[in-house]
Amino acid sequence: MLKRTPLYDQHAKLGAKLAPFAGWEMPISYKGIIDEHNTVRNSVGIFDIGHMGLIKVEGNDALALIQKTTTNDAARLEMNSCQYAIICNEQGGAIDDVLVYRLPMMYLIVANASNADKVLSWLKAQAKKLKSVTVGRYENYSMLSVQGPQAVAMTEQVLSVKLTELKRNHTLWWRDIILSRTGYTGEDGIELIAAKSDTPAIWQKFLAAGAQPCGLGARDTLRLEAGLPLYGHEYDEQTSPLEVGYAWAVKFDKGDFIGRAALLRQKEQGPKKKLFGLRLNERSIARAGDAVLTADGKEIGKVSSGTFSPSLKQPVALAFLATDQAAAGQKVKVNIRQRSAAAEVVAKTFYKR
Amino acid sequence: MSNFPAELKYTKEHEWLKADGKTAIVGITFFAQDQLGDVVYVELPATGKEFKAGEEFGVVESVKSVSSVYCPVSGKVVEANAELGNNPALVNQSPYEQAWMIKLEMSDPAEAEKLLSAAEYQKLTESH
Repeated sequence: MLKRTPLYDQHAKLGAKLAPFAGWEMPISYKGIIDEHNTVRNSVGIFDIGHMGLIKVEGNDALALIQKTTTNDAARLEMNSCQYAIICNEQGGAIDDVLVYRLPMMYLIVANASNADKVLSWLKAQAKKLKSVTVGRYENYSMLSVQGPQAVAMTEQVLSVKLTELKRNHTLWWRDIILSRTGYTGEDGIELIAAKSDTPAIWQKFLAAGAQPCGLGARDTLRLEAGLPLYGHEYDEQTSPLEVGYAWAVKFDKGDFIGRAALLRQKEQGPKKKLFGLRLNERSIARAGDAVLTADGKEIGKVSSGTFSPSLKQPVALAFLATDQAAAGQKVKVNIRQRSAAAEVVAKTFYKR
Repeated sequence: MSNFPAELKYTKEHEWLKADGKTAIVGITFFAQDQLGDVVYVELPATGKEFKAGEEFGVVESVKSVSSVYCPVSGKVVEANAELGNNPALVNQSPYEQAWMIKLEMSDPAEAEKLLSAAEYQKLTESH
């Protein structure tokens, strides 16, 4: 049985295309992926991200648990702010990539829907080695994301709140809603963590103000253009944050953490593969698993995600390529359905606002 | 516009066929394009290529997925719709008119008679 967010009825009413995603019945699109994508790039779109896993970590040893299980340095987090981090296994592979919030009374971890159960049991197991920490679901809460160049202004108007001073990766409370200047689209925006029972009213207020409802389809094309990784495509338990290009989120100087030794070894030797971008010169789209070859036909890696970029109006892809054989500017070929398509290796950020 | 024009024949893989004597034009249905979402690329065969009924003749890619298009009847391609190369979104905008994909010279026009009627096809989509 698929799980449904509190906004399920709203999606059905809007005639959204729904599909299973990580155990949830989620909206893929409403008016069309390209239309929704462009709306987020040009004005403002709202996403139901109620499938995200919300996990709270409380107690005197909460920080110690976060420090032990994530790669970033949570000791540097100011109150009411968040940071991106990777939860690694001993081999340095990613159990999940998450946002860690420092809030009054607790740390909150936002995990991928597909990994929420796994992260919860991993943290609980690690918590047993500490004295005073509890880990549990942040139940009764759900997430919405408002994204686009006008997202902040619209949120100010809809909730009558002042947000211009709110810095990137910082949060503020509005009544019992957490407003966070974060997102997964490459645009400015606000993510809201609110009581499940309140989200339908919030959703409707934003729609009435002119926000376009956007589905997971546009969320994927937007994140891909921004070069942002998606667990299951760019990350898995055999892939390290160094390979994905997140060395900045691995703080070796903060003290020991799970995966540190393996990651340090990998850093010293240099990762064997790295995530690059590919721009294709034809309309055929590279998809996950497609092989990437040098001009003379030697395989140097595989595509991890690919789509048609509505902003660039051409197919783009993310691909793991052998570090010693690939460089930006290189002309390569991608095997798409037994045909070879010409592509250029580029940095993985296709779109910057 | 009806979603299931009565004058067309259909396949369970969501292609439509419009026969005219020995020739026929082929495309994908309104239902198929709606399931796919925004179409961004259409790959069609060269003129002169021959296909047996049920063989893949092309590929339609939307932002989120790729699907094969199958030849409803056996025949030889006499024309492919070049317009779809420049404007693949026609598949969404006009699946039964402007977004025809190939024109075939059928090897056995009787094959077209065996395809699904509009009513039969409509029933099939409702079971989805």
